[in-house]
Amino acid sequence: MTSPLEQKKIKIAGPSVVTANRTWDGIVVYRTAAKSWSADLSEAAIVRNSDEAKALLAESVADDVGAVGAYIAPVQVGADGKIEPGNLREQIRRTGVTIGQPAQV
Amino acid sequence: MYAYDEIDRTLVNERVSEFRDQVKRRLSGELTEDEFKILRLQNGVYLQLHAYMFRVAIPYGTLATNQLRALAHVARKYDRGYGHFTTRQNIQFNWIKLAELPDALEDLAKVGIHAMQTSGNNMRNVTSDQWAGVAPGEIEDPRIWSELIRQHTTLHPEFSFLPRKFKIAITASDHDRAAIKIHDIGLKLIKNEKGETGFEVLVGGGLGRTPFIAKTIKHFVHGRDILSYIEAILRVYNQYGRRDNIYKARIKILVHELGIEKFSREVEEEWQHIRNSSLQIDDEVIEDIRSRFTYPAYEKLPHMPDELRQAAADPDFEAWRKNSVAPHKVQGYSIVTISLKPIGKPPGDATAEQMDALADLADVYSFGEIRVGHEQNLALPHVAKRDLPALWKALDKLGLATPNVNLITDIIACPGLDYCSLANARSIPIAQELTRRFANHELASLIGRLHINISGCINACGHHHVGHIGILGVEKNGEEVYQITIGGRADENAALGTLIGPGVKFDEVADVIEDVVEAYLALRERPEELFMDTVKRLGVEPFKERVYATR
Ligand code: HEM
Ligand code: SF4
Repeated sequence: MTSPLEQKKIKIAGPSVVTANRTWDGIVVYRTAAKSWSADLSEAAIVRNSDEAKALLAESVADDVGAVGAYIAPVQVGADGKIEPGNLREQIRRTGVTIGQPAQV
Repeated sequence: MYAYDEIDRTLVNERVSEFRDQVKRRLSGELTEDEFKILRLQNGVYLQLHAYMFRVAIPYGTLATNQLRALAHVARKYDRGYGHFTTRQNIQFNWIKLAELPDALEDLAKVGIHAMQTSGNNMRNVTSDQWAGVAPGEIEDPRIWSELIRQHTTLHPEFSFLPRKFKIAITASDHDRAAIKIHDIGLKLIKNEKGETGFEVLVGGGLGRTPFIAKTIKHFVHGRDILSYIEAILRVYNQYGRRDNIYKARIKILVHELGIEKFSREVEEEWQHIRNSSLQIDDEVIEDIRSRFTYPAYEKLPHMPDELRQAAADPDFEAWRKNSVAPHKVQGYSIVTISLKPIGKPPGDATAEQMDALADLADVYSFGEIRVGHEQNLALPHVAKRDLPALWKALDKLGLATPNVNLITDIIACPGLDYCSLANARSIPIAQELTRRFANHELASLIGRLHINISGCINACGHHHVGHIGILGVEKNGEEVYQITIGGRADENAALGTLIGPGVKFDEVADVIEDVVEAYLALRERPEELFMDTVKRLGVEPFKERVYATR
């Protein structure tokens, strides 16, 4: 997964969301249509072309106190409207490490 | 152990209140992330995939039991109950909340632990041999000099805004356990003909995108001149280092581009200006630092106590003793390595319970001292041999007696895509699968010394270039792909590994490593011929053939 931190040009190939980490505790959050952040991917605003993506990202970055490191991430939207992460990196960010944490195993 | 003085305590405490204020201003929006980033990095705080990551320094890998308990406390109270020991004598916490960080730092400061200069473009934690002060045949305790350099470089304005981060490692033994040849500056403590203490100075080592083995810049620098010499190197670096290009900013690139001769002439010239300045170290300064390192009151003990003789009947104990117990400079004592590589678990992780229990054991069996090594294992440096059987039983109960030190399951792995925002691929699950494949102790012992190192991207935090087998995760068309190298090593004969062929998929990595190992077992001339020696003798071809013939 090429790190999205290297994301330079904004060009999206399919449905996408803006994701970041919440400033005070660092957890993974998604930008919502209501111009705030949610830890729940199903509440994320979906963008479908580069102009929409650009606008959503700009608006997200401006909320520097709410969350940090905002970037555009791909998602898949099912026929039922269910949103799933579009790649392994985003899958891991959503569901956690794939390895079991020592305190739990 | 080393006792900090008032200056250190004040410095560490002031730093905590400064950072508390910075965090407050960040959370209120008074500071933007851009403004705050450099401040948090100077205090060891990164942003990772799932959360902030907090990196804490363990100078020269020496910990007192109250310090280890404080790390356990931070893991329990502010994190998810565990910490991750890294290849640079640091510990990382993966789930810390920014709002709670000042409290965590304050709790650590009470026992003299801090996170200063564990990230950012400054002088990082000065690392050393985890067996410092106890290894037989050592010239002298390298931590005295590590501490001198730590004091001189901590918050030194001239070294706080370097072109890129800067790492120093020191060893005082012939066998290099500190990997000095892959550091920006590597120092090897030696004596000259007059019996005076000094250093062979190496420069320009490093891994990452453009790996280099360090070169010797000067064969002998007197101990009293070591600060001025290091400062001369840093000045040349500060002046010419490539601030314009992050990929070329490390000193290794400068040394490579100028050539070691030209680079050393520049350093020499600078050195002559500053050599006879206040940077020259008085003997008293060294003596003062030396006096702050305390050593246990060792007893006079037999070489082969009854307890050890009796325990030898237990094959499990013997397997552990042969693998994890090393000779100590004092008769009747041993150095015990504690493997943090249990089968099927993430390399280098320790739970808060393990840390607390280990602190208790160190109080009973190791004069209250623990060491952290770059292989992501811990050590108890002063264990009386008569206590080995009891210690083993206790460690075994904690899951800390896996007899796999230096064997194929003693894997170095970076956090990779499970935690790291820079990653291309996962590292830890690859390590976990490999430890399961080679879980059988007889098999692992038959294979012998073999280091597998895994990194999840080209930054090489998992030292893949210098693994006897190196595994590098890359990304190809959205998939995790792994490049395999063989023949690297990180010790006094440090070398970079050679790629054996095209990358392989996540699910194939363990099979490929099994093939490489089977090829080695078939090719070695005798059981004592180690993997890296077979590779040296035959090159990569026969391994390549074995791996790719059927793929
Ligand atoms: C998880 C968060 C981490 C991040 C974001 C991170 C980031 C980086 C980066 C960007 C570099 C390359 C720097 C350069 O080329 O100048 C690097 C190098 C390095 N990292 Fe990490 N790292 C992380 C974790 C670790 C861990 C867990 C270890 C130890 C197991 C580690 C040990 C190292 C070492 C030894 C190097 C130096 C390699 C060299 O000589 O170039 N890092 N790290
Ligand atoms: S090697 Fe890459 S993936 Fe691994 S910890 Fe370092 S930066 Fe992250």
